[in-house]
Amino acid sequence: MMTVSGRRPKPFILEYTRFWWDGVAEGRLLIQRCADCGTLRHPPAPSCAACQSLRWDAIESAGIGTVYSFVVSHHPEAPGFEYPLVVLLVELDEGIRLVAGTDLRRDEVAIGDRVRVDWLRDEDGAQLPYFRRLEEEGGR
Amino acid sequence: MSAPFSRAAAIVGIGATEFSKQSGRSELSLAVESTLAALDDAGLSVHDVDGTSTFTMETNPENMLARALGIDELVFFSRVGFGGGGGCGSVMHAAMAVASGLADVVVCYRAFNERSGRRFGQGPPPDKVAVTTENEYRSWVNPHGLLTPAQQTAMVAQRYLHDYGATTEDFGRVSVLSRKHAANNPNAWFYGQPITLEEHQASRWIAEPLRLLDCCQETDGGQAIVVTTLDRARDLRQTPAVISAAAQGIGPDQHTMVSYYREDIAHFPEVSAVARRMWEQSGLGPKDIDAAVLYDHFTPYVLTQLEDFGFCGRGEAAGYIAEGNLELDGTLPTNTHGGQLGEGYLHGMNGIAEGVRLIRGTSPNQPAGVENVLVTSGAGVPTSALVLST
Repeated sequence: MMTVSGRRPKPFILEYTRFWWDGVAEGRLLIQRCADCGTLRHPPAPSCAACQSLRWDAIESAGIGTVYSFVVSHHPEAPGFEYPLVVLLVELDEGIRLVAGTDLRRDEVAIGDRVRVDWLRDEDGAQLPYFRRLEEEGGR
Repeated sequence: MSAPFSRAAAIVGIGATEFSKQSGRSELSLAVESTLAALDDAGLSVHDVDGTSTFTMETNPENMLARALGIDELVFFSRVGFGGGGGCGSVMHAAMAVASGLADVVVCYRAFNERSGRRFGQGPPPDKVAVTTENEYRSWVNPHGLLTPAQQTAMVAQRYLHDYGATTEDFGRVSVLSRKHAANNPNAWFYGQPITLEEHQASRWIAEPLRLLDCCQETDGGQAIVVTTLDRARDLRQTPAVISAAAQGIGPDQHTMVSYYREDIAHFPEVSAVARRMWEQSGLGPKDIDAAVLYDHFTPYVLTQLEDFGFCGRGEAAGYIAEGNLELDGTLPTNTHGGQLGEGYLHGMNGIAEGVRLIRGTSPNQPAGVENVLVTSGAGVPTSALVLST
């Protein structure tokens, strides 16, 4: 767990995304799943794009994935972040992608890197997933 | 096969204010001035106007523009969402209105103080993001620091480089080309200021892999476009720019700027859908297009559009550009006004005006023999495009 500035933009929650943020608050990375055809989806939605079912549940991700893309942001600098700021698009092993921060620095990140989820919390208690290098598999 | 829509309507007038960094006047003034200029160009008056079309982001409501101008009555007013994706869509709505007889003369307009007022490049106003589905996409990216259009585009650009072995010099060639064309356009902000590829490579990082010179300008200004039926256009002052095709597009799993969850993020199925529909409408294809105005908010999306519109295959845009195809003597002279990188950023409406000039033969960088021009709106968001013809 890492603590960051409370000046960062806060997550915000809609009725149909609440379960995901509830999971994050408990340190669980959830993935919405269609209860009829089993298709996983992220970001969440009220219905399944594959079969139109309104029935859903969620699985918990193992939190391990691969860097699908990344950005190294320099300008403009937003309050609460340190720059250059690396932001990842992670493809979880379960098959969905999500955007998250990382402790990987500009000169040590590459597409294909293996990463695992960890958690950060801002000074006001808002929790977010972020990703560290997955050392067990040797990383890059 | 041609649809009834094809060649039913035409653009008969274009008008703009100067493109600046500080207009020194209201956004309503910019809308008024550009509309009057476009009507004057067409040889029409405010009393001929009975319809409008604009962007949902436009801050000048139709009634306030009509009131200021003394327009007698509006019987059609339409708006298109999704920012820079909407410019060609607004012209499509105007064309539908006149083709169906719902209106006779429709003014499309976009006017803003985007540089001296609220700058898109600064990201969303802090703590002012409404908790709505329209803004849901922000909840997945903003808390991690992905706040601006450049940062959001960089994620796609990085993957494009990875997938196709392109380099940031391939992005830079788009910028160099636009600035070369702008250097010869007295109305361009960067008139007389070409750049080299070395200068592009030396410009500072904004959001890697995007440098400053990969990003369009931020601009104050207004641009208006007048649309009427082709029949009426034949009697007016200017050579009509005939609307032979128009389409809007939303693709599968589309988000606003951050369609990161698709199997392939380095291409835009909504752009391909627009292309397919326009070729069907007009009976034209990529080989029939003599010049293009490709929405250049960020250079990488010029590459993806060349591929998604079928001018070259996937991953081939870098070579296509390096071979000189986008030059004035190439197979597809592109962004002859200097684009939004070089002329100004009017949410793509200034590019539609350049499409009209190319058909009239009055571009500041006029290629020979232009009969069909592709004009596009922003990729990365729900989008739209036009084919303008002689």
